[in-house]
Amino acid sequence: MDADSILAAIFNFENYGELLVLVQNSIWAGAVLGLLGGLVGTFVMKRDLAFAVHGISELSFAGAAFALLVGADIVFGSLVGSVAAALLLGLMGVKARDKNSTIGVIMPFGLGLGILFLSLYEGRAANKFGLLTGQIVSVDTVQLTALAGTALAVIVALVAVWRPLNFASLDPELAEARGVPVRRLGIVFMVLLGISVALSIQVVGALLVLALLITPAAAALRVTSSPVAVVVLSVVFAVTATVGGILLALGGRIPISPYVTTLSFIIYVVCRAIGSVRAGKGINGRVLQAQ
Amino acid sequence: MKPVVSLTGASLKFGKRALWEDLDLDIKPGEFFAVLGPNGSGKTSFLKVLLGLQDLHQGRAALGGRPVERGSRLIGYIPQQKSFAQDTPMRARDLVGLGVDGHRWGLRLSPAKANRRIDELLELVGASDYAKVPVGQLSGGEQQRLRVGQALATDPKVLLCDEPLLSLDLHHQQAVSALINRQCRERNSAVVFVTHEINPIIDYVDRVLYLAGGRFKVGTPEEVMTTEVLSDLYGSHVEVIHANGRIVVVGLPDATTHHHAESHALAGEAA
Repeated sequence: MDADSILAAIFNFENYGELLVLVQNSIWAGAVLGLLGGLVGTFVMKRDLAFAVHGISELSFAGAAFALLVGADIVFGSLVGSVAAALLLGLMGVKARDKNSTIGVIMPFGLGLGILFLSLYEGRAANKFGLLTGQIVSVDTVQLTALAGTALAVIVALVAVWRPLNFASLDPELAEARGVPVRRLGIVFMVLLGISVALSIQVVGALLVLALLITPAAAALRVTSSPVAVVVLSVVFAVTATVGGILLALGGRIPISPYVTTLSFIIYVVCRAIGSVRAGKGINGRVLQAQ
Repeated sequence: MKPVVSLTGASLKFGKRALWEDLDLDIKPGEFFAVLGPNGSGKTSFLKVLLGLQDLHQGRAALGGRPVERGSRLIGYIPQQKSFAQDTPMRARDLVGLGVDGHRWGLRLSPAKANRRIDELLELVGASDYAKVPVGQLSGGEQQRLRVGQALATDPKVLLCDEPLLSLDLHHQQAVSALINRQCRERNSAVVFVTHEINPIIDYVDRVLYLAGGRFKVGTPEEVMTTEVLSDLYGSHVEVIHANGRIVVVGLPDATTHHHAESHALAGEAA
């Protein structure tokens, strides 16, 4: 394969207009997942749960693979897997900080189970690959409605607990003293996170969920500490990555996940550079009195 | 004047070990009340009881005439100073904001009102200049000023302070304790100030609860901080020296650990 044909495989904009109409549903699905990922991601960062997200996604993959094997609904399978994993981690403690070794134990186990189920599965190879790397090109209206409905429910729940969850995440000791149900909120958030992971897996696959749930929020935190700006930027970055990734992926014959992860990564690198320049100049918002 | 904090026959035990037993105590509005004692004597547990986070073994604890409950709006709480990680995604004003409406459900629907209150509190504790700096990039003293502002958000009737001066330099010790004293005198809040070192607040303290060896003594600093009383509490000879308005206690059984924040924190866990 020469360079030209590789490039043609990655970027191909022939018949773009016609394709665009065909994948409308996918683009909407991408936008919804971007919104969800951007919102949930800010709390993943505040609660230091990046590694937990990875662990949850591996078990979600196992659930999806099992569903594929027995002919059940894949989305349902991945939901069961990830919510179970999230609940397990949530019940073990409020913060995942001390739980990293447990997550490290769960993760390969989930991945191993998933590979076992996939090996036993005798259907199309593309179905197997899709679980790991994502497939969003063929979202029909029913699927889109279910996806958007679930995402909306998660967002509504997240908004309802927003302030106390924020309190419990950033300042747990004082939140406890002020009567905030710190532990219960932690479990609620893990369930919401589990659902979000299961939904995101449909776009970017189990291996790359972090690009949707971590990278945009991490990038936003590099350039601002304002709570409102972090949320807005995180959502904008996540939607840009998913929708942009789908648009770029249309013509080529490669799964969309590399486009999404690359866009996400570029955004992060740019934000990190901006953050470093500011830190280098000592700009951190302090008002300096005239000498 | 009706007491705002009231303990009746209160006992707290861990296993067989009694931290304190049969404690009767009333704290009045506007009173600056210090809780002193060695590590593991139950100072922090005393605050936890008032916060509703620790059940008494026996007796009753009441706040504003009602049994203590978790999350009481009468209380402002300044926790032991624990620095925030450098990259904590929170600015100074957001930390104060948690005290204003962090416990409420949903989103902040009227940001203008909350922001006005936050600005007032920042002004009050002299933190306006670094309102927008991430908390992880502030010094321990600056963070502790914010903690005071955060605790004052609800204009509490009782201000509970858990070693608020620990690991602060002298300048910030004075600034932070003056802020707490101002709330006490101007707003008539009762202050319960847990500390292992009385000198930074000696000018403000009205009464002292000294906990040691499973026993206690309540009274004015002059009554409690004497060679006789402390020797009796510790069960060994302790010399109390008054010099230049400061109090020096010599010969404490655990004097070696007294000034180590780390060993204190460990003992605090046990307590």
